[in-house]
Amino acid sequence: MRTADFVTASILMALGGVVLFDAIRLGIGWGTDGPRSGFFPFWLAVIMMTTCAVILLQTFRRESRETFVTREQLGSVLKVIWPATAMVLLTHFIGLYIAAAVYIGFYMRWVGRHSWTSVVAVAVAIPFVTFVIFELWFLVPMPKGPLENWLGY
Amino acid sequence: MGLENIYLGFQQALTYQNLFFAVVGITLGTIIGVLPGLGGANGVAILLPLTLRMPPTSAIILLTSLYWGALFGGAITSVLFNIPGEPWSVATTFDGYPLARQGKSGQALTGAFTSSFVGALFATVLITLFAPLLADVALRFGPPEIFSIQLLTFSAFVGLGGGNPLKTVVSIMIGFILAAVGLDIVTGQLRMTFGITGLMQGFDFIIAVIGLFGIGEIMLSVEEGLSFKGVQSKMNLRVVLDTWKILPSYWRTFVRSCLIGFWMGFKPGGATPASFMSYSFAKRFSKNPQQFGKGELEGVIAPETAAHAAGVSAMLPMITLGIPGSPTAAVMLGGLIIWGLQPGPLLFTEKPDFVWGLIASMYTGNIIGVLMVLAFVPFFAAILRIPFAILTPLIVVLCAIGSYAVHNSMLDVWYMLIFGVVGYVFKKLDYPLAPLVLALVLGDMAENALRQSLIMSQGSLTIFLDRPIAGVITAVAFLFFLMPLIGPWWRRLRGLPVAEPTAREI
Repeated sequence: MRTADFVTASILMALGGVVLFDAIRLGIGWGTDGPRSGFFPFWLAVIMMTTCAVILLQTFRRESRETFVTREQLGSVLKVIWPATAMVLLTHFIGLYIAAAVYIGFYMRWVGRHSWTSVVAVAVAIPFVTFVIFELWFLVPMPKGPLENWLGY
Repeated sequence: MGLENIYLGFQQALTYQNLFFAVVGITLGTIIGVLPGLGGANGVAILLPLTLRMPPTSAIILLTSLYWGALFGGAITSVLFNIPGEPWSVATTFDGYPLARQGKSGQALTGAFTSSFVGALFATVLITLFAPLLADVALRFGPPEIFSIQLLTFSAFVGLGGGNPLKTVVSIMIGFILAAVGLDIVTGQLRMTFGITGLMQGFDFIIAVIGLFGIGEIMLSVEEGLSFKGVQSKMNLRVVLDTWKILPSYWRTFVRSCLIGFWMGFKPGGATPASFMSYSFAKRFSKNPQQFGKGELEGVIAPETAAHAAGVSAMLPMITLGIPGSPTAAVMLGGLIIWGLQPGPLLFTEKPDFVWGLIASMYTGNIIGVLMVLAFVPFFAAILRIPFAILTPLIVVLCAIGSYAVHNSMLDVWYMLIFGVVGYVFKKLDYPLAPLVLALVLGDMAENALRQSLIMSQGSLTIFLDRPIAGVITAVAFLFFLMPLIGPWWRRLRGLPVAEPTAREI
């Protein structure tokens, strides 16, 4: 927990530094007709970096035996993140609906160990229903791939 | 007075089309409230793109109904499954679940829904009375007043939000910084883009809401390893009527919780602290406090009344000042802008049919809501029996669709994933997410108000103290900012025990 707290506060501090740098480039003082572009970000960065510094001090002084995340927990969280990332990546090539079908099917089979019948049924039904609701009823276009093109959408 | 106005509103709210949207909104909202990992804020965010082609009044009725539904839905899982579907229903589990274990789930649910309804109705009546007055006052506000109100909004998170106040400050700053990324509309300069085209469009708060609350929440819930063991609900008309007979004897709890809820909800900070506060007050004033936690109906009534009153009253600053009191209200505010409406006091004079339609729909929506949840509890409870290996990817897909639809941009979907990881880490480390989202929403407005004020005063900060209204608000804001410093000292002075860490809002 302490390490995680420490790392997060340090990253935020570094981000504050980046903002500060950019604000100074833009000008933090008074322009021809009021404060310049960097004025507001400059003070935001100053406040953020000061607060992060105090948080870092607090973290140093405080003992903590809690772990941020156990190996087991991290495992199940990663099981959510990487298939989701893969789905978003796939969307670029084969469109959202097919990517969603593959993703739902994969997750159901891999994590839930559902039978192939229910995997196929759910993986086809959910994208189909969302297609009807978003594309046909509400006319909100989603990224589409070869299959939708072939079907004429 | 506003009688003809509210009449005009009901003409809007009672059309078949809008009643239909209210029913749809409440159904979806209750489902969202029941599901862990989907809350009111990201439910509204995902649905927002669907409302683009609707008339604004119908759109806002759909979204607010969804919000009421989410408020009702949280109670179902708290009572039947001992899982708070929403942060504000945590206090409801204390007595709701024990009641359900004793076979009195019908009584607990009826009590919860009815008190939600009472709380909401109370807050709606107050909104009907006070919103026009507040809007009138707000019309006279200049940039310094607007900036001082923003200061007050964020100071409330720091002073009253619980948790580590420093981390709250950091969250607020991150929100403001993210809001500043992209084109500065005043000077036309690009800020913090570092030549990367992807950063030029800036960060949309709807994406942030979907990522932080949607994806982040899913990661947290899979980490805990989901397994739902529920109590069967026993609802029938007799139980409902029997419970209604004993509820009036708790009128004191109702009145107290309504007031706490309205007061807490009107300021940002919101429903969750209101529900806890109301619970502990009910316990303190009860004749049999030792029964609390073992299945006391009053322990369900108090937090539910307060949470719902707070949830509704969070809409008051949103429609009168254009400053949302909760992340959900913030998303709705974003909706107003997308539909081409300018949020703030001018709405009352320029779009009376919209504002009063919205207020009237708070009455109709909550009446429809309480009847629907009472009638369909078993249906909603059954949703939790969907295996989580289906639920998790389904929610991720819905989040992806919602993020893409905002600007038709795949980049936003990637941002959503990143926000998801950030939300997960922040939540574990107790960096609050609600102030971050509000700062992201209000960033441009706050910066413009600050700039204009400084131009008015030629760069002197005293403008926020000189003007009477701005001065008072700024002073209160500073008091809130200093609260984490004064609080422990004050308690020591009076010989009180040091405050235990309070629960964090969202």
